[in-house]
Amino acid sequence: MNVTINGEQKNVPGNTTVTNLFLQFNIHRKNIALELNGEILPKSEWLNYIVKEGDAIEIVEAIGGG
Amino acid sequence: MDDLLIIDKAKYHSRLLVGTGKYKNHNETAAAIKASGAEIVTVAIRRTNIGQNKNEPNLLDSISPQKYTILPNTAGCYTAGDAIRVCQLSREILEGKNLVKLEVLGDKKTLYPNIDETIIAAEKLIKDNFKIMVYTNDDPIIAKRLEEIGCISVMPLAAPIGSGLGIRNPSNILSIVENASVPIIVDAGVGTASDATIAMELGCSGVLMNTAIAEAKNPVLMASAMKKGVLAGRQAFLAGRMSKKKYASASSPTDGMPD
Repeated sequence: MNVTINGEQKNVPGNTTVTNLFLQFNIHRKNIALELNGEILPKSEWLNYIVKEGDAIEIVEAIGGG
Repeated sequence: MDDLLIIDKAKYHSRLLVGTGKYKNHNETAAAIKASGAEIVTVAIRRTNIGQNKNEPNLLDSISPQKYTILPNTAGCYTAGDAIRVCQLSREILEGKNLVKLEVLGDKKTLYPNIDETIIAAEKLIKDNFKIMVYTNDDPIIAKRLEEIGCISVMPLAAPIGSGLGIRNPSNILSIVENASVPIIVDAGVGTASDATIAMELGCSGVLMNTAIAEAKNPVLMASAMKKGVLAGRQAFLAGRMSKKKYASASSPTDGMPD
């Protein structure tokens, strides 16, 4: 199944939750926010949401800026 | 005497606000911020690297939200919609904290604010319970307008972002300060410590800077200089400067000179 994470096409197995994605792609889970198809997906839903074909996911964090 | 900076009821001892961009690494960022004495620290919101090393440090590990007031910015946004989205993401990262630095830019060359989009974004964000510290130009009419729509601090540029040109239009900054009932914080343009002092002598409530510290040859030393520059300017403002005279006025008594 294909999804887009931060603009990159990624192939993931079926029944993958957001939490599984973090493990698969080595993404730290602290101090980040996640947007699913343009809407914020709250942290409380990361464990349960199962990724669907074509989902566009954006994962962001705080970096240096002025 | 406690001379506190009060922004929407939150109290700060330091009137220097600093950014975290353009440093060599997180250690240098942390050391410079410590030396600056700043309590409010700006950050940007960007995509996380995918497939990163698990131990890759996160900025908020070095600049702890428990220790500092994190002020996420909307740098790089050119529309109200993009800026609102970044604010919502920052609130999610920071566990519901709703303080943001709104900046909606006009173009890449000047990084001047797009005022129309800034106002649209500010109005929508305030309705959504955000606390807005807003980057704007040095136009006193716009500054007042941003205050009236509910921004908790108005932050005029003193010169273009990252230019280090100093306080280019002190009369406008003064006019904004004199007309304001929220803290006016000079944001952008400061190049060295005396620039920060001038901003504070004009009566600004604080100064926000990034490049002037990060691009100094010794950022930690410059951070310390900026801390003192801001404090010197503040104390001079509170003390009230002498009036300027056209001719000399002897400092020593003229009476009692020996023959």
